[in-house]
Amino acid sequence: MPAIDLFTAIFISVMGAGTPLVLAATGELVAERAGVLNLGVEGMMLVGAAVAFAATAETGSAAIGVVAGMAAGMMLSLIFGFLALTCLANQVATGLALTIFGVGASASIGSGYTGNALSVGAQFKIPFLSEIPFFGELLFSLEPLTYLSLLVAAVVWYFLMRSRSGLVMRAVGDAPGSAHATGFPVIAIRYCAVLFGGAMAGIAGAYLSVFYTPVWVENMTAGRGWIAIALVVFATWQIPRMLVGAFLFGGVTILQFHIQSANLGITTQFLSMLPYAATIVVLIIISSDAVRVRLHTPAALAKPFSADD
Amino acid sequence: MFVKFERRARPSRLMVLGAPVAAAVLTVIGGSILFTALGHDPLLAFHSFFIAPVSDLYGLGELCLKATPLLLCATGLAIGFRANVWNIGAEGQLIAGAICGGGLGLYMGPASGVLLLPAMLIAGTFGGMAWAGLAAFLRVRFNANEILVTLMLTYIAGLFLSYLVYGPWRSPTGFNWPESSDLSDAARMPQLLAGTRLNLGIVIAVAIALGAWMLLARSYLAYSMEVGGLAPKAARYAGFSQQRMIWLGLLAGGATAGLAGVIEVAGTIGKLREVVSPGYGFAAIIVSYIGRLHPVGIILASFMMALFYIGGEQVKVTLGLPSAITGVFQGMLLFFLLMSDLLITYQPRWTGRWRPSGRTP
Repeated sequence: MPAIDLFTAIFISVMGAGTPLVLAATGELVAERAGVLNLGVEGMMLVGAAVAFAATAETGSAAIGVVAGMAAGMMLSLIFGFLALTCLANQVATGLALTIFGVGASASIGSGYTGNALSVGAQFKIPFLSEIPFFGELLFSLEPLTYLSLLVAAVVWYFLMRSRSGLVMRAVGDAPGSAHATGFPVIAIRYCAVLFGGAMAGIAGAYLSVFYTPVWVENMTAGRGWIAIALVVFATWQIPRMLVGAFLFGGVTILQFHIQSANLGITTQFLSMLPYAATIVVLIIISSDAVRVRLHTPAALAKPFSADD
Repeated sequence: MFVKFERRARPSRLMVLGAPVAAAVLTVIGGSILFTALGHDPLLAFHSFFIAPVSDLYGLGELCLKATPLLLCATGLAIGFRANVWNIGAEGQLIAGAICGGGLGLYMGPASGVLLLPAMLIAGTFGGMAWAGLAAFLRVRFNANEILVTLMLTYIAGLFLSYLVYGPWRSPTGFNWPESSDLSDAARMPQLLAGTRLNLGIVIAVAIALGAWMLLARSYLAYSMEVGGLAPKAARYAGFSQQRMIWLGLLAGGATAGLAGVIEVAGTIGKLREVVSPGYGFAAIIVSYIGRLHPVGIILASFMMALFYIGGEQVKVTLGLPSAITGVFQGMLLFFLLMSDLLITYQPRWTGRWRPSGRTP
């Protein structure tokens, strides 16, 4: 294979591997910017994946599958919102409960489909543009959801950093008391952020089960929800850094496959550890600068807020 | 809404104990609704989930067997949770304990004496402590979030066990199954009761839970950790070391989880295989919360959670439902507990008229 084609192939696969991380991490980043730590990303992704797979298998339409996955993610995030925002429950415990629930629920939903494969349609290509030599294939023949993930990340960046509503949302995450006193509905805004996080996690799960590896396997997200949460810390709650991190991790995942196929005699299990080990390494590097992390962390992260107190 | 929640002058002690009971009742109701929605007779499903599995001696033995790792993990985790140290990787520490303890048992031949089993239990405990200690070191030295690190270490431990049973430790006579050879009799937990699979593990687990109770109720160390969890600033002013709290919190969870791992391998399973736990380490998080982070509560909660596991297996056989439904029940239980906990610090007041909630007049 000519070097240039290999480069294109690697680029496309890295973008594909990074897509679910971009989606899930963008959603979590918004929730955390609004002061809500939702550790249920893994659970929401799994249920999104299971529901999307089931919906696609039953209707034959991947689009319906993705929408169903998104709706499922939002349903789960609504449970989280009710407990953490309305009932003022501990956000860490609620998030863990959501993940445990999601693991069980997704396995139950998917139990009739275990090992089934979806017949995905022809590879998506943007007409005309993708026919441009090199750049055409490089930039215009990715999965539709990859474009969506980048679009969402860009819109979220603009919303958070350049729009008035985004400023309000950040205020809710940094100083909910002041935001409340100014007359903003803190709880309602936090609900919106949590629902957005659920929607993104649901789509991320749908991407995995419908496009990336269109076979239903229990626990198929394999910790990507947790890696997405780690990415938000790594990115110090900033979208551009999160994008870099997500595709870096996509690269690690792809690297693992390439080493495996190159048959260098390294055991599969050790290669599979790479993304998890990389997460720990990245956390160490970022977190050791404690001041920097503290400066960027939304000040009211994971603290319940009640307007009545 | 017709009801408004007002902050109580002081937390309700009644609700502290009432909330777990309410959560259990609500889970049973929610579960019955779920079974009905899936098209099963709710009474039949209820019976086969909660009653049939424990209606004979063998079933009760299985209940204790499942409660053992849950009780052990939850007891250790609760010590950390009291100090706000979030070790959620007990599953990985359990696997590390299974590898260390089980590995020792595999390498020492059948000729080894009565000291083998105690040595294995100690090795497993230290294995779990080492795995949790790694997270404690990274937290104390590099400030790396222990939630994420313990979880990532869980995936790594699972993959390492998989490597061992597919590779160097695979049984030469096992028809290529990913499992080790059987442990020798000297390396197995002694059986307690004929007609069941019950072993000494449950006795160890209950003893450790009660020992932890003594420690928590009496020791200065535990007191300082609890202050650290409830009022971090007060703890800092009092001079309680936060680093020591993190170390102790994680090591306690790692020790009991590692012990649980080796007890599973030396007890029920009898060898190392790719999966040694169906998520006991994660379920133990729920157990310690339902048990109010108190050893006595945790003993009760671990039996309840064990029933969920057995019930899940039972409905798989009798109703053809996926056993993963256990996870749904676990999640629901914690959801309902967190919801009921609102009543500890808030009291409902009936306003008698509809008014949009969340706003004060």
